[in-house]
Amino acid sequence: MSVIKSAAQALMKKAVEHAPDAWLPGGEADPLIARRHGLIGAPLSRLDGPLKVQGKAPYAADFPMPGLAYAALVYSTIPKGRITSLDTASAEAASGVILVMTYRNAPRLNPTPLFMTKGKAVGGDDLPVMQDDRIHWNGEPIALVLAETQEQADYAKSLIRATYEAESAVTSFAAAKAHGTKPGVFHGEPLKLEIGDAEAALCAAPHKVDAIYRTPRHNHNPIELHGVTLAWTGEELSIHDASQAVAHMAWSIAEIFGIKEEQVHVTSPFVGGGFGSKTLWRHHILAAAASKLTGRPVRLVLSREGVYRTVGGRTCTEQRVAIGAQADGRFDALIHTGTVAMSPHNNMPEPFILPARSAYAARSFKLDVETATIDMLANTFMRAPGESVGTFGLESAIDELAYELGMDPVELRLRNEPERDPTTGLPFSARHIVEAYRAGAERFGWNRRSPQPGSQRDGEWWVGVGCATATYPYYRMPGGAARLTLRKDGHVTVEIAAHEMGMGTATAQTQVTAERLGLPLEQVHFLHGDSRFPGLVLAGGSQQSASIGSSVRAAERELVKELLKLVSSESPLHGLHADEVEGRERGLCKIGDPARRESYVSILAHAGREELKIEASAPPPLETQHWSMHSHGALFCEIRVNAITGEPRVGRFLGSFDCGRILNAKTAASQLRGGIIMGLGLALMEETQFDERNGRIMNPSLAEYHVPVHQDVPEIEILYTDIPDPRAPAGARGLGEIGITGVGAAVANAVYHATGRRIRDLPITLDKLL
Amino acid sequence: MSIIVNGSPVQAPEDSRVSLLDLLRERLHLSGVKKGCNQGACGACTVLVDGERILSCLALAVQYEGRSITSIEGLSREGELHALQRAFIEHDGFQCGYCTPGQICSAIGMSAELDRGVPSYVTADLASEHIQASRDELTERMSGNLCRCGAYNGIVEAIQETCTGGAR
Repeated sequence: MSVIKSAAQALMKKAVEHAPDAWLPGGEADPLIARRHGLIGAPLSRLDGPLKVQGKAPYAADFPMPGLAYAALVYSTIPKGRITSLDTASAEAASGVILVMTYRNAPRLNPTPLFMTKGKAVGGDDLPVMQDDRIHWNGEPIALVLAETQEQADYAKSLIRATYEAESAVTSFAAAKAHGTKPGVFHGEPLKLEIGDAEAALCAAPHKVDAIYRTPRHNHNPIELHGVTLAWTGEELSIHDASQAVAHMAWSIAEIFGIKEEQVHVTSPFVGGGFGSKTLWRHHILAAAASKLTGRPVRLVLSREGVYRTVGGRTCTEQRVAIGAQADGRFDALIHTGTVAMSPHNNMPEPFILPARSAYAARSFKLDVETATIDMLANTFMRAPGESVGTFGLESAIDELAYELGMDPVELRLRNEPERDPTTGLPFSARHIVEAYRAGAERFGWNRRSPQPGSQRDGEWWVGVGCATATYPYYRMPGGAARLTLRKDGHVTVEIAAHEMGMGTATAQTQVTAERLGLPLEQVHFLHGDSRFPGLVLAGGSQQSASIGSSVRAAERELVKELLKLVSSESPLHGLHADEVEGRERGLCKIGDPARRESYVSILAHAGREELKIEASAPPPLETQHWSMHSHGALFCEIRVNAITGEPRVGRFLGSFDCGRILNAKTAASQLRGGIIMGLGLALMEETQFDERNGRIMNPSLAEYHVPVHQDVPEIEILYTDIPDPRAPAGARGLGEIGITGVGAAVANAVYHATGRRIRDLPITLDKLL
Repeated sequence: MSIIVNGSPVQAPEDSRVSLLDLLRERLHLSGVKKGCNQGACGACTVLVDGERILSCLALAVQYEGRSITSIEGLSREGELHALQRAFIEHDGFQCGYCTPGQICSAIGMSAELDRGVPSYVTADLASEHIQASRDELTERMSGNLCRCGAYNGIVEAIQETCTGGAR
């Protein structure tokens, strides 16, 4: 970035920080926040429920196409080097085979747009895709077989033989660190922050902790395998995808194939889980290339092993957390530094310092993420990138400090509650973590705890409780837009390129939109998952609700203006300005004077209109530069550890959240529980085992990568403050990520309380407790 | 001999490598049956064979000639949802919905196992003919069906509401 450009950006940032509130999005609270007793928050069952329980919701690999051909991939078995021979003759001769594609015959492709390098770039890496004989990671696809049936493709791929000339590769974390680390850069900003002299303050502090925490690699493992069903019609490409970024996908694929964005149509009405993984990876590009070469529609569904080989996961971290404190618990120094592994061809330094930037007050800070380069598949975003693993280090260290000080860990956290954002100085938009802690502690029975570790035994089980803070920011990304179509029968259709991966998007947004327009639920139709709809709406960063809310609000304001232009001189609404009018009871009425009202049906009928179609864009997301906007949670865990086998079992779990206003109490609780359950996996079992000798993932299956199952999960209680954030659309901050944050530490802290064993190395498997 | 799928006879595939799962999904277009791992580790492909739950990804289609297969598509009668399907909606026993057909088929098969007095790892009295459908029994018996969204609490509530277990 040029000096001038970065100076201009810094100036802009300062201007936004100091601008009057009213100039910014959220400056005037969304009027929906004042509506306390309507559809928002109602525990409505999912509108797509009947489809899903009957197996009728269509996912990417469910779409039939005439003449469909099936693809299978062959993966490299070395981490770095070049292919010296690739024998495909037997495969080509095998029954049903249509094409064997390798670097020798793959079409020439443009580079893949790497995530965060451009607005719509969504590629996991920017390496050439089957363009030459180079190998960049162990598991890189080297051949694609296309056949009439999946069985034929799978058999033929087993006949392909490759030899390699291996080059020396860096495949161990220790070797990578020994080669030197580089500063992590996230969203264009270095992951480095110093306020005061934290090391000196740590030395001088009367009480301190200083330890290293480690978290392993993880894989997302949505149960839906990554897959596409796609076809070319001339230069136009239609893709049924499993995507959390349909508009990004259309643009990125178009770049790769050198066609226009409008020539790629991506649909993804239902996604079988994503968690950060359903972006652009090899299989999309290879399937489209094979289809282009043969003229056949192609289905490419990765095997579960294929997902591990070609779709990145979360990288490993090694974190130092050091806290210096006064006897009353106040932090003099907060140090959170360390190293993460990253590939040479991506830019995702797992930003584990994010929680420490805003969660606690301290007199000095030292935060730093360094990256060590490993020859491996590009790592990527996975649920709460940064916070999920960063809270393990930070919230474990705070628990250790509480024991050092002889203080209750809840009280220690509340003692360090900041007045303003501790590292930016911005005011908080809303922060009610204290209420969340008080409510959670009371409900959980935290006060009944005896502080002494190893003090509770039930037969052969040690029993302990632990707590930790969950935290995740409010994000809203640029590019949100929506189209509203009001028909003469009073029904409204919302079209937006957003996604349903299980969050309950359509259900919650139907509620919000119906409330905003003053319509019953059954008259609002929320359509999503199509790149031809307006908006650039990534289902990531827990920002979808804010992006959709802001976009629909903008479109609703435009719709009101257009409707007021249509009203006749006899209308009760005649002469009113849009700011004086709101949607109520199937029409518009003057705010504060419901008698001055005309229904939508009447307005369109009088104007002789069949429908009114409005498209509008959300304002730029400047609110996050003017306020510090974060959600929080207070987590409480009861663990049982078998004294003989070391087996840990979660007995009880409670999450008390401050996430702004809840849009749907039923789906919200489910989403938070789901995050917590993935957090239990992170705490107790999940680990992508990476062979440090050759860079190969050793457990690429759901049999060997353990995720929580029914028997691992107790009843999880969820509480919320339900206090609206006045700066967020509808008062709501997102819920997708926060559930997983803090869980690793809550479990580890409970394990310490149960057993007196402090585990600083995830996952907490029984061998570490023997 | 043919395979009976949701009451209708279908021809067994000529290619003996075709799994029951791929027969249902790719040839019969019963795409409610899901593929999550293709190696028997996730349970998403669970269907009922003569009332017993099996993993259709580990079954070769040709082995099922003469047997009666019920997939998620065969559960609702004349548009009326099965009681367990309704309970899944009410208790929010799913999020993305991908593992849901397998969870539902598995729960129906499991309920029949409880009724028959088939013990599990957590059953205290192996000789008992009446096994209570306790939470522990249900979660143990459903642990072969993974849900990555983490809808487990809702799934168990839905099953508890509709499955009486051995209490007949």
